[in-house]
Amino acid sequence: MAWYIVRRFLQLIPVFLGATLLVYFLVFSLPGDATAAICGERGCTPAVVAGLREQYNLDEPFWIQYLLYLKGVLTFDLGTNFSGRPIATIIAEVFPTTARLAIMALVIEAVFGILFGLVAGLRKGKIFDSSVLILSLVVIAVPIFVLGFLMQFLIGVKLQWTSPTVSGDATFTELLLPAVVLGLVSFAYVLRLTRTSIIENVNADYVRTATAKGLSRRRVVSVHVLRNSLIPVVTFLGADLGALMGGAIVTEGIFNVNGVGNTLYRAVLNGDGPMVVSIVTFLILIFCLANLLVDLLYAWLDPRIRYA
Amino acid sequence: MSTQVIGSTGNGGSNRSASGPVLEVRNLNVDFGVDKQWVPAAIDLTYEVNAGEVLAIVGESGSGKSASSMSLLGLLPSNSRVTGEVLLNGTSILSASPAKLRQIRGNDVAVIFQEPMTALNPVYTVGFQIVETLRLHNEISPAEAEQRALRLLQMVELPDPQKAFRSYPHQLSGGQRQRAMIAQSLSCDPKLLIADEPTTALDVTVQAEILDLMRNLRNQLNSAIVLITHDMGVVADLADRIAVMRKGRIVETGTADQIFNNPQHEYTKALLAAVPHLGQGDGEHDVDITAALAAATHTELETVGHDELERREQHLLAQDREAEVPTPTTDPVLELVDVAIEYPKQGRVPAFRAVEGANLTVHPGQVIGLVGESGSGKTTIGRAAVGLLPVAAGSLKVVGTDISGFRPTSKELGKVRRHVGMVFQDPSSSLNPRLPIGESIGEPMFLAGEAKGGELQKRIEALLDQVELPRAYRNRYPHELSGGQKQRVGIARALSLRPKLMVADEPTSALDVSVQAKVLELFQNLQKELGFACLFVTHDLAVVDVLADYICVMQRGKIVEQGTRDQILRRPQDPYTQRLLAAVPLPDPEKQRERRELRAALQASTD
Repeated sequence: MAWYIVRRFLQLIPVFLGATLLVYFLVFSLPGDATAAICGERGCTPAVVAGLREQYNLDEPFWIQYLLYLKGVLTFDLGTNFSGRPIATIIAEVFPTTARLAIMALVIEAVFGILFGLVAGLRKGKIFDSSVLILSLVVIAVPIFVLGFLMQFLIGVKLQWTSPTVSGDATFTELLLPAVVLGLVSFAYVLRLTRTSIIENVNADYVRTATAKGLSRRRVVSVHVLRNSLIPVVTFLGADLGALMGGAIVTEGIFNVNGVGNTLYRAVLNGDGPMVVSIVTFLILIFCLANLLVDLLYAWLDPRIRYA
Repeated sequence: MSTQVIGSTGNGGSNRSASGPVLEVRNLNVDFGVDKQWVPAAIDLTYEVNAGEVLAIVGESGSGKSASSMSLLGLLPSNSRVTGEVLLNGTSILSASPAKLRQIRGNDVAVIFQEPMTALNPVYTVGFQIVETLRLHNEISPAEAEQRALRLLQMVELPDPQKAFRSYPHQLSGGQRQRAMIAQSLSCDPKLLIADEPTTALDVTVQAEILDLMRNLRNQLNSAIVLITHDMGVVADLADRIAVMRKGRIVETGTADQIFNNPQHEYTKALLAAVPHLGQGDGEHDVDITAALAAATHTELETVGHDELERREQHLLAQDREAEVPTPTTDPVLELVDVAIEYPKQGRVPAFRAVEGANLTVHPGQVIGLVGESGSGKTTIGRAAVGLLPVAAGSLKVVGTDISGFRPTSKELGKVRRHVGMVFQDPSSSLNPRLPIGESIGEPMFLAGEAKGGELQKRIEALLDQVELPRAYRNRYPHELSGGQKQRVGIARALSLRPKLMVADEPTSALDVSVQAKVLELFQNLQKELGFACLFVTHDLAVVDVLADYICVMQRGKIVEQGTRDQILRRPQDPYTQRLLAAVPLPDPEKQRERRELRAALQASTD
């Protein structure tokens, strides 16, 4: 088991290097002069431009720039963005909000997705199953900004159950609505995945064995069916956790959440290269860690992987 | 070994001594709802089983033997309907409440399932699963349950009960898994044990051990056993009474002796005739394997008198001198010299050498049977002969061309492949489901540029005639054909380029015995008519016996013994060959008893 974890950790290194290299290259090859973005409409004096080029290593060849940047990352020095604020500080400011939102969304989609999927799978072809399937299809089909605005308008503005936007404090109640919106699409996927997996496993030989042993239906389902069925679901949830942590640009935009997604969006608009690269790097790291977590969960759920 | 009966001290013992059958089935009907219609799976079944008795329910696939037995415990899917009366020790179980039924399941009636691979939950340890059963039906502490589970694992003769207890199913071999499954079934001293094809997924030597185990347990626990199987050898080995099922009905019941020696119903006779009989060969050269083995290993048997055995051996030797097979002088179509075959390494999994130092020659017109148990490398050799697997060392010549250096996609290999036809094991998955079978048969000829257009159509029709399928079938799709018909298509496809060598990889193992007999007969006729050489890969010695002139026995990647059919069957030299021969159950209770004793004697001498 220890070896398994170590191996998974080592596998993260090439993934991290490859992904950062790609992102760095993309931002580097964007058209336009990076200094123009900093100086804005009025332009800077040549001396200032030269200073900026020096500060951000813009005159060095691509490889040197990338290696200097990597060195910065490894020494926890992400540098400053084009407005001069330390990037690390900005991330530290906005990430907790996104993390809270992501975890809330994940819990919502996991709990309800698995629960509904389980019941639908056990009652395959019955009314509950069919209606849940149609509902999930609707949720998947409708774009998230439509869902977002709709729920914001209905629940936040009309019914006034909760505040329609999120303040700087980003309290639990304020985040509830965006979390529901954020989790809704994945909820539909989790539901369908669980349902399929349950249907497949309910007819497995070992389930028949469990029934033949005299176990109650409840125990057969909760102990024997569910654990085997959760294996694919966990993979999906892990990948989704990574995606949610990356911030939801649309949802954060609708509910005015000051999170990673919003910050990244602004950085892209401003052409703030260092900021974009740093945030994306951070997200890659989060994504890798989420995947590591999935692999561990996977091994915990399935001994065939643990002892492979 | 522990002979102690492990059990709940409650009502178990007293009921058993009571007279009357343990299980009585009266007018049992099972139907499945398909497309809003009731399709019968079992019709009007009536039988009973006494304590300590083994009732074998025999039938081919679709006869309803499994469905009817699963219905006893309500283990059928929800689209089924069960009517009739099932009495367990006089109490009806079909009308029992769900709670009562749960008490009966696992406690009074236990089931051993066919596939030990999938019948145990892969994510829990064997120990967990047995303890779960024990604690469900007995009020005992976890520690006590563990002790009992360990004793059970010991009772089913697992080599290391402690280790097995902590193992997950995938960490055990097939035979060990089936032992664990049996241990779990026996955990509450069931009065009735339903064994659904308990040895079908296992190798013959393992099968023989499991059958021994079941016989011992029956004697120890005095449970009633319902044995569901299609294998007449298994039946002969274990059954006291037999019920033969066909298309949902019991066509004949009787004692094992009656059914085997004096079958009344046509179907029973046909079924028994279809079972390949090791030693019987093609009918002319009968070999008494038991006598031959006893002679080869100098074993004395109690049940058969010394003189009797001697007489049989003399008879054997007399026959032996007559049958001299001339060595062919023509160039071989397949020649393996010191061949090693590896499955290349995949990621962290190192390369696996499946075959080592194999020497084998197939001459034109010869049929060579390649026999071995799972993992022996027999299929690997078959695949390498067609160039589907690379040769790691040695030389492999097909029709005079050494293909060991060729890349799998090379043109040269393509040329060689034109001389080789292959028939695969599973006819359902080796035909493209989206192609009409005519196209499947014609494809090799089209690809090789042998024929096209009208000429191709004619060739396809000729091939269909050869495998005795109606010409109109050319436009049908594989799913419209039965298993035996599909395998005929597979043979036609393999024959389409008039190959010099045919590699047949377990072509009949997925088929019912009666179908198998027909396909084998067809194969034999075609071989005689067309004269191709054949490498026949199989686990079933009896099938090889019918077909092959020459037999090659493999074990763990090595060829341990090869020789003519008579050499192998009459004078097996290698201990593994001897064990293998002794393990094949005979579809004859009398002879099987002798065989069993011989096997035990062999085992004792090797231990």
